[in-house]
Amino acid sequence: MAIAATPDMGSQELEDLKQRYSDKGFIVTNVNNLINWARTGSLHWMTFGLACCAVEMMHVGTPRYDVERMGAAPRASPRHADVMIIAGTLTNKMAPALRKAYDQMAEPRYVISMGSCANGGGYYHYSYSVVRGSDRIVPIDIYVPGCPPTAEALMYGILQLQKKIRREGNIVR
Amino acid sequence: MSSPIDLVVQTISEKINPIDVKVINNQIEVIIESRQIISSFQFLKDSSKCQFRQLTDIAGVDYPDRENRFEVVYHLLSFKNNLRARVKVYIDESSAIDSLTSVFPCANWFEREAFDMYGIQFNDHPDLRRILTDYGFEGYPLRKDFPLSGNVEVRYNEIEKKIVYEPVKLQQDYRHFDIQSPWEGTTYKEEEQDGNGGK
Repeated sequence: MAIAATPDMGSQELEDLKQRYSDKGFIVTNVNNLINWARTGSLHWMTFGLACCAVEMMHVGTPRYDVERMGAAPRASPRHADVMIIAGTLTNKMAPALRKAYDQMAEPRYVISMGSCANGGGYYHYSYSVVRGSDRIVPIDIYVPGCPPTAEALMYGILQLQKKIRREGNIVR
Repeated sequence: MSSPIDLVVQTISEKINPIDVKVINNQIEVIIESRQIISSFQFLKDSSKCQFRQLTDIAGVDYPDRENRFEVVYHLLSFKNNLRARVKVYIDESSAIDSLTSVFPCANWFEREAFDMYGIQFNDHPDLRRILTDYGFEGYPLRKDFPLSGNVEVRYNEIEKKIVYEPVKLQQDYRHFDIQSPWEGTTYKEEEQDGNGGK
C-alpha cells in the first residue's frame, strides 16, 4: 500500500511522512515512480513472430533466460499486451494485419523491432514483397539489431525499454 | 543385366512417346509435349513398372530468349523403385497447359504457385487464384522481366489511418538504382564519374 505524495510537497515533509509510516508497514513514494514501477514490471509482450527471429523470442521466454523475473511474459492477445515484439520479416501482405493488431493494443503501448528485417528490411530490403522497415507501419520504441539477434540481445532490448519508460516518467504517453 | 532405372526408362520411351528421355545422376529426365501431359502422367503413376505415385513439386522456369519461354518441371517420386523423375514441358507465354489436378490432387496448390509467380495458365484447374503474393498484386514476380524491387511499396498513412500503396522509391545516398533491370546490377555514382560505370 502506498500513499501518494504531491510533487509540490516539500522534501522535508516527504521525509517526515516516510519516517512516520515506514516502521508501520507503509511505503511513501511519488505517483510517477509508482506507475513507472508498475509499467516496467509488467511488460507483457504480444508475440508477433514472423520468421526465424521468433525462435529467439521463444528462447527469451524459456527458463534459461527467464524474462519473467523482470515481469515480462508472452501474451496471445493484443488486448492483454503492453509491448509488441515484431520478430521477423514483415511482408506487404502482413502489414495491414500487423497494424490492426497494434491498433487493438491498449495504451500505453510499446513496440520492439527485432532483427534486421523488421528494422529496415534487412536481407530482403530490395525485395518486391517486403516492407523496408516496420517503422513504416507502426512507431518503434526499441530496435534490436542482429540476424537474428540472440536471446540475450532481445533481453537487453527489453531492459532498454524499461529504462526508456523510467526516463519518460510521464503518466500520459 | 538391366537395372530398375533402365527398365523404367525403356518403358517410358516405348509407351508415352516423349521428346527425350535421359538419366542424370540416377534421376530420370523426361521431356514431353504439353498436349499429352495428362495421359503421360496417368501412365507414369499407374503403370506397374514405373509407379511414380507421388508428385513432390511443380516448378516453373523462365527463359525469356527462347521461343517457348516457360519450362514447367514436374518432380515425381516412386517409392516402389526408389526413383525420382523430372518431367519437363515447354510452353510459350500465350498458351495454356492442362491441369494435373485430375491425376495428382496435390498439383492444385503447386499450379497455383506457378500461376502466381510466372503467370502460367492451367486448363481445367478448379481454383486458379494467386496463392502467395499480396491481395491485388499485379505482375508475375519470378519472370525475368519483373523489376526486382517490384512496382509498389506500403506504408501506414497517419491521415487516412490505413496502409497505402505507393510507387517504389528507394532512397539511399550515393547509390543509383536501375529499378527496371535489376539483373544488370547497380552502378555506383563514383564509377560513373570515372567513366567505368556500366550503363
